[in-house]
Amino acid sequence: MKFTLSWLKSHLDTKASIQEIIEKLTAIGLEVEEVQDRAEGLKLFTVAEILEAKPHPNADRLRVCQVKIDQDKIQQIVCGAPNARAGIKVVLAPVGSTVPANGMVIKAAKIRDVESNGMLCSATELGIGGDAQGIVELPESAKLGEPFAAAMGLDDVVIDVNVTPNRADALSVRGIARDLAAAGLGPLKPLEITSEPSNTASPIHVSSQLKNASYHGIYIKNVKNGQSPAWLKQRLEAIGLKSISALVDITNYLTFDLGRPLHVYDAGKLNGHLTLRYAKAGEKILALNDKEYTLSESMPVIADEKGIVALAGIIGGKDTGCSAETHTMFLEVAWFDPSEVALTGRALDITSDARYRFERGLDRGFLETGATKAIALIQELCGGEVSQPVIAGIEAEEKKQVSVPLSKIPDMLGFDITEKEIVQILSALGIEVKAQRDSLHCTIPSWRRDITLAEDIVEEVARIYGFAAIPSTLLPAAVPAVAPGNQLRIQQMRKTLAARGLYETVNFSFIPQAAAELFDGGKVKIANPISVEMDTMRSSILPSLLMAASQNQARGMSNVALFETAPIFREQEIVMLSGLRHGLIEDKTIHGSAREADWLDAKADVFSCLEGLPLERLTMTREAPSWYHPGKSGAVKLGKTLLGFFGELHPSLFTQSTKKYWDLERAVAFELFPDLLPALSNKIQAYQPFNLQALERDFAFLVDQETAVETMLISIRKAEKNLISAVRLFDLYQGKGVAEGKKSVAIKVTLQPQEKSLTEAEIEKISQSIIAQVEKETGATLRVQNPEFRVQ
Amino acid sequence: MPASQARKEIEASATLEALEALRVSYLGKSGIITEQLKSLGILPPEERKAKGAEINQLKQEVSALLDERKKLLEAKSLEAKLSSEKVDITLPVRAPTIGALHAIPTVIEEISAIFRELGFNVAEGPNIEDDYHNFTALNIPEDHPARQMHDTFYIEGAKTQLLRTHTSPVQVRYMKEHKPPVRIIVPGRVYRHDSDMTHSPMFHQVEGLCIDKHIHMGHLKGCLEHFIHRFFGRSDIELRFRPSFFPFTEPSAEVDIRWKGDRWLEVLGAGMVHPKVLEAMGVEPGYQGFAFGLGVERFAMLKYGIEDLRTFFNSDMRWLKHFGFSPFKEKAI
Repeated sequence: MKFTLSWLKSHLDTKASIQEIIEKLTAIGLEVEEVQDRAEGLKLFTVAEILEAKPHPNADRLRVCQVKIDQDKIQQIVCGAPNARAGIKVVLAPVGSTVPANGMVIKAAKIRDVESNGMLCSATELGIGGDAQGIVELPESAKLGEPFAAAMGLDDVVIDVNVTPNRADALSVRGIARDLAAAGLGPLKPLEITSEPSNTASPIHVSSQLKNASYHGIYIKNVKNGQSPAWLKQRLEAIGLKSISALVDITNYLTFDLGRPLHVYDAGKLNGHLTLRYAKAGEKILALNDKEYTLSESMPVIADEKGIVALAGIIGGKDTGCSAETHTMFLEVAWFDPSEVALTGRALDITSDARYRFERGLDRGFLETGATKAIALIQELCGGEVSQPVIAGIEAEEKKQVSVPLSKIPDMLGFDITEKEIVQILSALGIEVKAQRDSLHCTIPSWRRDITLAEDIVEEVARIYGFAAIPSTLLPAAVPAVAPGNQLRIQQMRKTLAARGLYETVNFSFIPQAAAELFDGGKVKIANPISVEMDTMRSSILPSLLMAASQNQARGMSNVALFETAPIFREQEIVMLSGLRHGLIEDKTIHGSAREADWLDAKADVFSCLEGLPLERLTMTREAPSWYHPGKSGAVKLGKTLLGFFGELHPSLFTQSTKKYWDLERAVAFELFPDLLPALSNKIQAYQPFNLQALERDFAFLVDQETAVETMLISIRKAEKNLISAVRLFDLYQGKGVAEGKKSVAIKVTLQPQEKSLTEAEIEKISQSIIAQVEKETGATLRVQNPEFRVQ
Repeated sequence: MPASQARKEIEASATLEALEALRVSYLGKSGIITEQLKSLGILPPEERKAKGAEINQLKQEVSALLDERKKLLEAKSLEAKLSSEKVDITLPVRAPTIGALHAIPTVIEEISAIFRELGFNVAEGPNIEDDYHNFTALNIPEDHPARQMHDTFYIEGAKTQLLRTHTSPVQVRYMKEHKPPVRIIVPGRVYRHDSDMTHSPMFHQVEGLCIDKHIHMGHLKGCLEHFIHRFFGRSDIELRFRPSFFPFTEPSAEVDIRWKGDRWLEVLGAGMVHPKVLEAMGVEPGYQGFAFGLGVERFAMLKYGIEDLRTFFNSDMRWLKHFGFSPFKEKAI
């Protein structure tokens, strides 16, 4: 909401400085967004007069002007404007001034050998909008040598405040002045109302079928629509509105001045009487913005006997709008249901100053006065003969009553304020207050539709009294909260993965549908996406990480390791932790050669996250989803719970058709559901000191190449649960000396005697039981047993 | 052979091998001195004693000279060996590759840690919300401008499903399962239909809620002041409360901080929970409290000097390395 300082002062009698006004506005909740002092950059620019304009001897397009800059000083200025001629008042940029539009500093110069001392400015150069072709021509009345800003009415500071959606009343200069008056900046000037009752009946009648509307219509004939006077043009232009014609300007002016939007019909174009009603499905209107709208049944409209002439509170129809030729008019001063206006405006996607105010709720008690003010201004500027107003719809509703217990104010705000101060603040806001025992009974003025509860009154008191008074108070002491196990676990996993060389990322939850479909997603779509690249909620984090890897590769960084924790969207929303490695995991260094990330790295990433879980309950299966390489991937389970997947990604993800999403050749990845893991536990098994030395023995088995090594390791552990402390694969061999379809698996077993040393016979017995167990469970045969178990 | 000759020869030996050869030539099985000792037997007894003493004297002297020389040569040899083993100590070590943590989850954790100290639990909720929890329960009626298609992402084929526009709906869900007194914060992803230099269609919020008896605006101010001071690690940051409007709080305030002692920066929205929201949450009469909401990206940008909002989400390795946090460093919040 923009206004100028002088405009504000036409409603508020204040001696406050601009700085005080700005600070107070922000302090009472009318946040000042911008203060624009247009005169500031134009201080040096003055009114001058061209006495003589002769052609330049060396340039066809230039003129050499003799310019009178004050009563007794004449300067020569070379000017290229086509309209530079003797006798006009112009704007002089003297030597040393800076042109606002381009920052150019004016210097004394010779232009094609002719001396020039200054510049005559165009509106564009002055940054005031308008014609760039010629120089500004000031009215004859402009005083020679005076600052040009004053002559143009530009010496008025423009203030832009951000009005919150609850404060429809502050969408007017008067509303803002009322708030500032309440806050102590000076009295609100009374609204001057002059009206002469008319005794001519209106030829146009209005009836209403709307559920909730109030309407005043005034027929005025013999108006003369022309240009607005300078003061009106200047005020509208200061707030960024273009002057169109007196009638249109008046409706715009009263919208901002009093918060009273108006609509003007050209009465000559209306057909018969008007009805306020709901549109019939399929009815159409060509609106003032030159667009045609097809309406539906819940939309409130104004119709004449031929069709719809306006969308109530939103926009008028083009066919019945006023023009320069309008001489009979019908003025509409109305109140429409805010919700109906909002829903209609939203459905048709029309934004207008009228809708903005109607949907926030206008002052329903201001129809008659608003109409009177409008008529007075129309008659002043356009003349005309006024008929009696026609009134339709519902009478203004009764004023709301709100009761506030006095104790509620300190109880919510944390500080005391006297009853006298409270009453003073509320009264200044137009709220009538009656004290009754421990409560205040408040009657709310019609312009404050937002005040309905005791809490609203508390806010009004706090707002005007000042939030600075709120005392900073410590919260009552409480026991610090402890992060729950799943949150701690995610923190720990993030740190673990970063320590393993992965970089954490945060990517958008929405991706292109086709990319989502590669990961069994694409089903949760956004109805109104920003773009097709962001139209589907991802069912896996991997497509995001693949896109990120590809973008990094395009930037010259092809070795990337990324992870992210975020919700994913399948039948249900579930948190997923996912990582991806692409390119080299290690570069070639003096210590070793380069190595490409492979499925084992992805497996290691998963298992690093699972640290602390009971190993014996963790199992691996080949149940990884379709986007993994079927031979080089796996699923990890804890008991029956599926915890996640790891492996190389399926080659079909890296084809011509996926190139537009990620231009990569292969990658390894993992996915984990951290919320399915048991909570972190601090429990550590009791420690038993080992006094006896451990023993080691190696076994080499021949087994089918399909047999998983893990099953052999598990079966060894089962052979002697108490004494075997470690089982480790140390060699895997296929080739010469090993039959086709078989592999040689070499395993080191560590025995930790507990209470007494083991005898040779006991060791041999354990050894045999290991061999028997492995042979039984995996069909393996012992190849070598070496060396004998011995003391290390 | 006189001792002086042996000394000359020994001192002339340059290597341990040469020295060993000398030792053998003097004291070996058929060395000069050994031979002389053997020849004592053929001397007459009266000469034997004196000669014997002389040769033994020589033997001891030569042995001592040999030992001394050996120590010297050994030291020299070690020195030469060590010097030949000299390395370029500036060579790179065998270092594990270490990644980094992203600023957003890290800042969420910093914020959570501060509020946990004040007794706030961290609650979470769904990203895909329904209309009721995201709007209606928070006193945002059907005709409210925030419900327009250009502000909120809706889910296709499900009329009331949307991407939450704030994390406030979690308050409502949480309060249905918990009785006051309650203190929670709710971090998480939120979505708004807006995308330009300073707006991201997805960003992160932390919502706070404190419900108890006699909780007032002063507590809100004290709590946020404590948080701001702890988060930025400075107790001299001034806070300013400005009246504002949010449908779910009454009174409502916008909170500015005086940044670098100069301009006011808006960083938070807050207020006393609106009575209609308390009612929707099923809070019994007699309880009241405050709520606040802050943008995680904004706090991260201010604290760590990150200038461009969009860089949080484009996974550029150079940015991730520059603004990444080490998993090993404990952060002083």
